[in-house]
Amino acid sequence: MTLYADLQVTRGTFELDIDLTIAPGEVVALLGPNGAGKTTALRAIAGLLPLNAGRISLDDDRWDEPPKTFRTPDRRPIGVVFQDYLLFDHLSCLENVAFGLRARGIDKHLARTEAARWLETVGLAEYGRRRPRSLSGGQAQRVALARALATSPDVLLLDEPLAALDASTTLHVRAELGQHLQRFTGRTLLVTHDPLDAMVLADRLVIIEAGRIVQDGAPAEIARRPRTEYVAQLVGLNLYRGTATGTRVALSDGGTITLAEPADGPVHVAFPPIAVSLYPEPPSGSPRNTWPATVTGIEQHAHTVRLTLDAAPSGPSTLLADITPAALADLHPTPGQLLHATLKATEVTSYPT
Amino acid sequence: MFRRTALATLAAVATLTLVSCGNDQPAASNNPSTPTLSGTVTVFAAASLTGSFTQLGKDFEAANPGAKVVFNFAGSSALAQQINQGAPADVFASAAPKNMDQVTDKGTPTTFAQNTLEIAVPKGNPGNITGLKDFTDQNKKIALCAAQVPCGAAAEKVFKAVSLTPQPDSLEQDVKAALTKVSLGEVDAALVYKTDVLAAKDKVDGIEFPEADMAINEYPIATLTKGANAAGAKAFVDYVLSDKGKAVLTAAGFAAP
Amino acid sequence: MSRRSRSTTGRLPLVLLLPALLGLAFLLVPLIGLLAKAPWSTLPSRLFSAEVWTALRLSLVCATVATLICLLLGIPLAWLLARGNLPGRGLLRALVTVPLVLPPVVGGVALLLVLGRRGLIGQHLDAWFGISLPFTTAGVIVAEAFVAMPFLVISVEGALRAADPRFEEAAATLGASRWLTFRRVTLPSIAPGVVAGAVLCWARALGEFGATITFAGNFPGRTTTMPLAVYLALETDPDVAVVLSIVLLLVSVVVLASLRERWLSGLR
Repeated sequence: MTLYADLQVTRGTFELDIDLTIAPGEVVALLGPNGAGKTTALRAIAGLLPLNAGRISLDDDRWDEPPKTFRTPDRRPIGVVFQDYLLFDHLSCLENVAFGLRARGIDKHLARTEAARWLETVGLAEYGRRRPRSLSGGQAQRVALARALATSPDVLLLDEPLAALDASTTLHVRAELGQHLQRFTGRTLLVTHDPLDAMVLADRLVIIEAGRIVQDGAPAEIARRPRTEYVAQLVGLNLYRGTATGTRVALSDGGTITLAEPADGPVHVAFPPIAVSLYPEPPSGSPRNTWPATVTGIEQHAHTVRLTLDAAPSGPSTLLADITPAALADLHPTPGQLLHATLKATEVTSYPT
Repeated sequence: MFRRTALATLAAVATLTLVSCGNDQPAASNNPSTPTLSGTVTVFAAASLTGSFTQLGKDFEAANPGAKVVFNFAGSSALAQQINQGAPADVFASAAPKNMDQVTDKGTPTTFAQNTLEIAVPKGNPGNITGLKDFTDQNKKIALCAAQVPCGAAAEKVFKAVSLTPQPDSLEQDVKAALTKVSLGEVDAALVYKTDVLAAKDKVDGIEFPEADMAINEYPIATLTKGANAAGAKAFVDYVLSDKGKAVLTAAGFAAP
Repeated sequence: MSRRSRSTTGRLPLVLLLPALLGLAFLLVPLIGLLAKAPWSTLPSRLFSAEVWTALRLSLVCATVATLICLLLGIPLAWLLARGNLPGRGLLRALVTVPLVLPPVVGGVALLLVLGRRGLIGQHLDAWFGISLPFTTAGVIVAEAFVAMPFLVISVEGALRAADPRFEEAAATLGASRWLTFRRVTLPSIAPGVVAGAVLCWARALGEFGATITFAGNFPGRTTTMPLAVYLALETDPDVAVVLSIVLLLVSVVVLASLRERWLSGLR
């Protein structure tokens, strides 16, 4: 049984129009910048927001098909983990997890036994009597997951499940969440803006921008061949559109890039920031791409420093370059400073648009 | 102690509001063209006098162009208390001699009107009330005034005199409340004053009964010695007692004393 | 941690403290005046009269039943105002507060016009079922509920609007119907607002005078509540009125203080 979702929702000037299918056991990550419509899509599938057009169905079982069919959330076999978990504070953790079972008419004793089992599964067996307010962020996230899974839903919806956690717990909780998702036999939709969550947890990424799908595929494929600037930035690549004539690509925003392999027609060209080298003086060797570039931004990362440069008119107007601390000490880059960027043609990937 | 202060404050506020509303004319006008009367006369009068005294006030002002009459209508007992707490009043017209007696600083009271009880029934008399004996009928809805207020005391007196035990459904806090119940048809009958029946003659019918004479209600009026406008007070009392005043009162259903 | 440091951080600015104390005095001094005026020597004998107890019992019963009715009707109404997608909700909200603005006596007359023996609905009640509300204890309860319900509705609506509706969404995704969600999620989360509203409602019902005497009349044991007894006593014997007021005051303070303590501490 596959979940089909042809989601068309209009809210004011915003328009969401995406197609999703999720097979049993599959984890699909819906990835996109803020305001892209990720949460809108999740709410539509959950039944918290009716479609304007389109269809949501689990095989032949129709959940939403305007104008006739609309099933309220309580009548859809779903489990939802909300961004800030929304645990009921007047109930204990055990009662929170048992809530869905009780709501579905399961007898109190049985519901509690089952809820206790779920708490044990997420490693919080001894927290049953605690109030959600007294839990850490990671613990609350696990209770929320247990609550969503306790009703054995056909579709699990996760809305930024790790966003509310601090960096030190994220790593651990993400790994655990991954294990639970692997065991889950239903369909999972994971909404996130964090590419790492998506890459680690999902079997397939669906990337949306401004309410439309811009790319869809396995994480590795997307990382290798981003199709939009947003996706490229997500996976940490320089990405440009241009027109190839042999090994020379004229970029659509100005400047040229030289390739190692010849190509023809409209192409994407991509290369990692680490492939860019910077020099204070014009280099004497013969890399195939050399551009004078002005520093426009400096960003400290864990082990590298990322510079943003403007290499127009000879090169791309936005160029990311990662340099090592040693190079940093040599260059002392400051915004506005003129440097010289080089890029080996062999580092550049090109693929048709 | 507290009650005095509080009531005095209330009365003062009420009076100030009334005074300031109607005080177009300066209190002490030196205009030589109005030699006899000037300024404001403040009259505290029983609620049952509202209609007739408002009329009398207008007539009085017309007769004395320099004078202005300001009224404070309320229950007689409340008015008596307010006056004793120092509320600025020139004249007190009470619905009962008892309340007049409670006021200390005053001129000699004169009875200026009488009021008798009458049975009030809704228009068309749906309860088929014929006389006082219907007040003992459990199946009829009856309202009387509470014994604590004058119309209730009068009713009690009447029933005692005729040896009947009434079966009221409600003991109303004042005569107007009893009359409201009649005019809305909530009760089949109530014992109220003749003047009240007359004032509400569009909505209620009156049934006179001979025993009413056993509880005649006398209305005394007096000037107050602590008032600011002694001349005006005397002139107003005289006007009420004059033939013109009597005519207005009689038209409202009061009997001459 | 120490007492001293805590009191330092908790010190109120003078600009708040002064009007606060003035406000407190403004509320309390009249009560002190009432106590000072009380005829303490004859108080016990006046207190143990049957009329006082009858009126007091009637007051407590009627105010409590009226509050229950307000809870039963007022919470759903508040929910409708806060969550319902109604056209003209602002106007509706204003209309709900009408009994607050209406002089109570007028409210009583309005009730008579609708529920009285010849009222719009009352005439049918009378003709078909032989039910007549005026001059009955039920009538007292109706009058009190009419006047007191806005307090509950406003308080509960405020709590509902402050409550996060996403918790209701979470309950829905867990399979809870709207009714179950309301009972198990919404209601517990707004409990403090409901308690506050019920307390206000009860207090208002207990002190209700104008609508009660107009709609239900005044008959000892049946419709004479404490405020009515106080009013009539004021006509003849102000001392009795003071005694009755003090009794009403003490009983209500005791009931409210103990209830509030229990309810709110239970929720914390």
